[in-house]
Amino acid sequence: MSEKVLLDYGSGGRASQRLVSELFLGQLGNDELNRLNDAAELQVSGRIAMSTDSFTVDPIFFPGGDIGSLAVHGTINDVAMMGAIPRYMTCGYIIEEGFAMDDLERIVTSMGKAAKKAGVSVVSGDTKVVPKGAVDKIFINTTGVGDIIVDPAPAGDRARPGDAILLSGTMGDHGLAILGTREGLEFEAAVQSDSAGLNHLLVKLVQELPEVHVLRDPTRGGLATTMNEIAGSSNVCCELNETDIPVRPEVSGGCSFLGLDPLYLANEGKFLCILPEEHAEKALEIMRADELGRDACRVGTVTDTNPGKVVMVTQLGGKRLLNMLEGEQLPRIC
Amino acid sequence: MNIDLIKEFRDPELCKGLLETLDRELDDELRFMEVCGTHTVAIFQSGLRSLLPDKVVHLSGPGCPVCVTHESEVNAFLDLAEHDDVIIATFGDLMRVPGHGGRNLKAAQADGASVSVIYSPFDALKLAAENPDKTVVFLGVGFETTAPTIAATMVMARKQGLKNFMVLPFHKTVPTALGALLDDASTRIDGFILPGHVSTVIGMEPYEFIATDYDRSAVITGFEPADILKSLVDMVRWRNEGTAKVTNNYRRAVADTGNAKAREVLYSVFEPCDALWRGIGLIPGSGLKIRDEWTDMDAIVKYGIEITEVPPLPGCRCGDVLKGVITPDQCPLFKKVCTPAKPVGPCMVSTEGSCAAYYKYKVD
Repeated sequence: MSEKVLLDYGSGGRASQRLVSELFLGQLGNDELNRLNDAAELQVSGRIAMSTDSFTVDPIFFPGGDIGSLAVHGTINDVAMMGAIPRYMTCGYIIEEGFAMDDLERIVTSMGKAAKKAGVSVVSGDTKVVPKGAVDKIFINTTGVGDIIVDPAPAGDRARPGDAILLSGTMGDHGLAILGTREGLEFEAAVQSDSAGLNHLLVKLVQELPEVHVLRDPTRGGLATTMNEIAGSSNVCCELNETDIPVRPEVSGGCSFLGLDPLYLANEGKFLCILPEEHAEKALEIMRADELGRDACRVGTVTDTNPGKVVMVTQLGGKRLLNMLEGEQLPRIC
Repeated sequence: MNIDLIKEFRDPELCKGLLETLDRELDDELRFMEVCGTHTVAIFQSGLRSLLPDKVVHLSGPGCPVCVTHESEVNAFLDLAEHDDVIIATFGDLMRVPGHGGRNLKAAQADGASVSVIYSPFDALKLAAENPDKTVVFLGVGFETTAPTIAATMVMARKQGLKNFMVLPFHKTVPTALGALLDDASTRIDGFILPGHVSTVIGMEPYEFIATDYDRSAVITGFEPADILKSLVDMVRWRNEGTAKVTNNYRRAVADTGNAKAREVLYSVFEPCDALWRGIGLIPGSGLKIRDEWTDMDAIVKYGIEITEVPPLPGCRCGDVLKGVITPDQCPLFKKVCTPAKPVGPCMVSTEGSCAAYYKYKVD
């Protein structure tokens, strides 16, 4: 029988120490983490961006990723959206008693690889094991910090009428991959999560174009929710062209079958960029030169016609609102 | 469905031509009702509503199964969810439908009720097999579209010898409701866009009374913009010719005769009965109840559930919206006290409800 995570591993005693030194330090270790002090001693100065996120995804392994790499990508992407270079992160694991040790190793290894690829050091961590049933398998919290390298930093309230709205790639891949795996659904073609660390591409973008007004990753709630947040914060209208929004045919087909809208599904490796019109082409060029932005395109324009709203110009040339979703999307009866 | 085929029916040039024809040939107001909630959403999502000529008055009908699920039916399944030995199995869109005091299945689930959102009624059988000490009750809501699958699931449950699977039957039938609308003196409907999904099962024949008895046209229609526009153009032309017809413009999915096999299984398990429609009230013969031979799977019988009229919600004009007497934005509660976050009436409840569609999609 394969080894399970026992309550002992979270006791703070020898079992905990073994877990930390053999697994966590083995995969995530660096000079700072290896010191195992109560807190990390870091060299930071000036303006920093800091973000925290908790990952409770079900299933924990999905096509295109797992909860370990996702916990890195989610947090460093949030830091990078502030025009910052993510430097350090922390991770807190809450593990259900009886969780398979092999799976834990797989997750921590994946987290280590993702952090290394992103050039981010995990400098502090915590592990708790809770009685069976107290959590669903495993939850991970990560916090990231990074140096903001542009002034002013991109922010949700900086969209201005006349700005171009760009998108780094296709919408809905992550959300549908998760839903499909969770429900055991098989789609006509494989649907993969787009989970990826965007920081290298984003840093390059803001270094070359510090004029960028807004950067956002359309995670939970998808493009529609994120656009509404920006329209509200900036008190502008975000006008999107339906035909320009990229959605993979397999995602579109899967959503159509389930009665879901890909524009409300989560993405974990895409970003929105709003910037003055005159820099739009250059931004697209930078994005397309990177593997993670090869499908980048312009999807709309910021206007002052319906402040606070997102208006979709449809394929037919008609107009409709793209509103925020009320609660989660639920598959329909017919 | 072939993606290229769908693209054809969304072709902007084709739609532009149909819109021009509609505008040119329409010399008087055309009040059309799309019966099905999926059509309601398609009309908004495609932006078609903002492009239709002013003379075309668009009304949304009682074809959203969630919208027309009566308060007392919602109360019944909320009460059932309270039973410790019951697992409620349901399609997702019933989760937010409010019953007494605004309570819904989501809230019941948070309070500890066993509620499982499933994608196919057959998943409920699996659930029953995995939980032999519980009774899995599937919420049988919807029209002729879903009823055959649920009937087939009951047949399968009997074959598998499952004793802990039941259905709470609240199905409703579309043609009967259309007859009731046309009999209502307050309605003014010139033609119907008939539901594609329901028609795959029942075919054209059950709608023919619309032309023969009421002199109105009705067209079985697909869900792409060109489908809808073509049906509107046809109805305008027939009116200009002084005639009324019932036809099928959705032959790529719907046979004129429907699906006899599906009807056979449907009516082997269910039979017509009177039904209460939320916002409208009692429509004789518009529901489906479980036949006596299948009583062992009838949750209404097992749990002694009674479905009764409840007073209409004060100020809510959903009944008039569902009948096409007013449009959602003419209701005094719309967007003020009635929103998708706190729906007062049925039309705001479902994502396919007409008030929810107006709220969600209409650019002011």
